[in-house]
Amino acid sequence: MRLARVIGSVACTRKEDSLEGVKLLLLRAVDERLAEYGESFAACDTVRAGTGDLVMFEAGREAAMALDNQFNPSDATVLGIVDRVDA
Amino acid sequence: MTIARVVGTVVSSVKIPALEGTKILVVQPLAPDGSPAGRTLLAVDTVQSGAGDAVLVLDEGNSSRMILGNPDAPVRTVIVGIVDEVRTGGVA
Repeated sequence: MRLARVIGSVACTRKEDSLEGVKLLLLRAVDERLAEYGESFAACDTVRAGTGDLVMFEAGREAAMALDNQFNPSDATVLGIVDRVDA
Repeated sequence: MTIARVVGTVVSSVKIPALEGTKILVVQPLAPDGSPAGRTLLAVDTVQSGAGDAVLVLDEGNSSRMILGNPDAPVRTVIVGIVDEVRTGGVA
């Protein structure tokens, strides 16, 4: 997992069937000091996160496993809302 | 597996069921000389490690799920050991 900041949401009227009902967020990864780095990317939400939230996400195969229907094309999924990082 | 330093802890009250009750730590991968190498990761702790410890980090999903005993957990990164010493070079 990595840390990220939710910087927005993504709306898709037409999308792959397995992503119906899945909320999409726009994330940007942050380091342990909460400084943003890298490009922004879209991720599936499982925890009702919103813009401004600090979250943890998983990328790769585990991203798809986190959704109810595991046969989906997600390559990044939010797994939790982070209250605090003590670094 | 990679060697990393535990540099922080993550507090999260809203998370997926598979992560309930787990301790999630921030780990900084290390080069052989002990200097930081690359970006920090979040890892699930299974060996009661703490801030400042050098640890062995597994970053592979199937093995991690076996260690956690949950074949459906969407978890890839797990701390599986506390490193006492690393030796490089020299002769046996």
